[in-house]
Amino acid sequence: MDKNKPTVAVYKFSSCDGCQLSLLNMEDELLNLADAVDLAYFIEASRATKPGPYDIALVEGSVTTPHEVERIKEIRQEAKFLIALGTCATAGGVQALRNFADAGEYAKIVYDHPEYLNYLPTATPISEHVKVDLELWGCPVNKAQVIEVVVALLNNRKPNLPTYSVCLQCKRRGTICVLVDKGIPCLGPATIAGCGALCPASGRGCYGCFGPFRDANVPALTEALQKVERYPGETMRLYRGISGNAPLFVKAADAILSTGTDTRKETK
Amino acid sequence: MPNDHKPEIGSTIVIQKETFNAILSRLKEKGYETIGPRVKNDTLIYAPIEQMDDLPRGYITEQDAARFHLKHTGHSRYFDAIPGAQSWKQFLFPPRAELFALRKVNNLWEASTPETKTPSYAFIGVRACELAAIQIQDNIFMRSDFNDPIYRARRERVFILTVDCMYPAGTCFCVSMETGPRVKAGFDLNLTELEDVFLLTVGSEIARDLLKGIPFELASAFLLRNADQGLERAASQMGRKLDISNLPDLILNNLDHPHWQEVGARCLSCTNCTQVCPTCFCWDATDEMSLDGKETHRERVWDSCFNPGYSYQAGGNTRPTIRSRYRQWLSHKLGTWKQQNGTLGCVGCGRCITWCPAEIDLTKEIPMLQEEAR
Repeated sequence: MDKNKPTVAVYKFSSCDGCQLSLLNMEDELLNLADAVDLAYFIEASRATKPGPYDIALVEGSVTTPHEVERIKEIRQEAKFLIALGTCATAGGVQALRNFADAGEYAKIVYDHPEYLNYLPTATPISEHVKVDLELWGCPVNKAQVIEVVVALLNNRKPNLPTYSVCLQCKRRGTICVLVDKGIPCLGPATIAGCGALCPASGRGCYGCFGPFRDANVPALTEALQKVERYPGETMRLYRGISGNAPLFVKAADAILSTGTDTRKETK
Repeated sequence: MPNDHKPEIGSTIVIQKETFNAILSRLKEKGYETIGPRVKNDTLIYAPIEQMDDLPRGYITEQDAARFHLKHTGHSRYFDAIPGAQSWKQFLFPPRAELFALRKVNNLWEASTPETKTPSYAFIGVRACELAAIQIQDNIFMRSDFNDPIYRARRERVFILTVDCMYPAGTCFCVSMETGPRVKAGFDLNLTELEDVFLLTVGSEIARDLLKGIPFELASAFLLRNADQGLERAASQMGRKLDISNLPDLILNNLDHPHWQEVGARCLSCTNCTQVCPTCFCWDATDEMSLDGKETHRERVWDSCFNPGYSYQAGGNTRPTIRSRYRQWLSHKLGTWKQQNGTLGCVGCGRCITWCPAEIDLTKEIPMLQEEAR
């Protein structure tokens, strides 16, 4: 990284803008961030842009159109360090549900003239198209993690990001396990920490938006969750959520569907 | 009876239950923060209590592998609910604690330690197994060659009111671990709850002073026998048991036993067992740096041997599989802990069984090693 202020570019692909909004929503830290780096390209914040190349590119969203396939390659060429920002960029996001269905059927339902659309049959993470230097998961990303990564890059060190499950963050904040105590299906035991255990602390199960940790034992979690399902097929649907296209969760949902342990079938 | 009358250390007195409020008030007058079991969000936690009404009177907890249920049965007792996920560990070894801060002033780093007032806690309702767990952590954090200033400062100020367990839960096995259900030593006051009265055994000079002027009588032989019978009944009603006669050898001689692989396949590596365990003490130190790079705070946080990153070091991970992490945990807890500290690291509280979402139950896993070894 240059000794001068590093330049930062923020890009949007197919997404809800929530991760970019998380950046703008940093409040206390935003001015410090603007001091520490040169926000050279951030359309959602300012129309004023500076030309690349950039030291850091933050990319929000997944790749869902032929145009985006080309655009991400151009962005990669202009970026020294590329960060995939949020679960759309790291796993495909909620729009990747189309990967398990026929996108054309969806288009017909939603649009009067689907023939004008030019889209891909799948929504895919940035890493399927270009080399990604770092992934920050979450729907949306956690602002403390964004700051940690920027600080780490500014100081030439490895960012300190969790390697453990959401459960550890639940315990650190004194939250009682919703899965054991309340029988609420929770993906926390397989999901990597980073959110601060936001959902369990609010009395609901984790829906896995930060994605699975590296060697999460998803099959064992399936067994535990199927015992507490509140409606048939809940476990399968939980995997097929925000991080549904993350490989370990794809495998888990597929396993439920293929082995006939999908509890939806039992009620038919 | 004269008003400044104090019971002797070692004596057991009987008080009317409502008198207990006066004891709580006196503890608060002396500057203690009184912490005890409380019902919150339909579950049981340890939190500040102001008066007896804050205690889970009329509740019990039903516990089994991966199952915890707080149930209101309407009985009249205050201390029947066997504890939940939380333990006293969180007060003596806090889940997060700032160690120091560094600030860059005129291009030099200045270090400062946080100016926090050490809390004085009065623990109300410590179970025999939990007291044993505190004593085990004392061995970890207050060794002769090393002592942890955060733990020590809190521990030295704490007032411990223990409670004999009359109605153990389904995952309890303190009898096997020889830690309960009767509280033995190391308390300021020990409480035994009978149907109509509390028996209090005095364990320290602080407790003696606390009771000064409180109306009491020495417990009669009849009441003491009542308490004994209750405790004998409790001892016979343990939900679990574990044969520890051949520990730690059984584990240490079976480190390549195929059963580790079998448990590893079921274990989520979620860290829950270690976080609810009242003796687990692993921690990590993390730095949080400001964006301008001029200030950093170092914090100590609870960590776990089930965190894949915990055993990562230069060159790779020394425990790269869930099997190896589970084996590390159990072979430490019920094996090498003894060589390190003179006791096993398990007190039989059953939390790791209740709060494991995958229903892994060490009282079932260890006999599996035993079966094969025979």
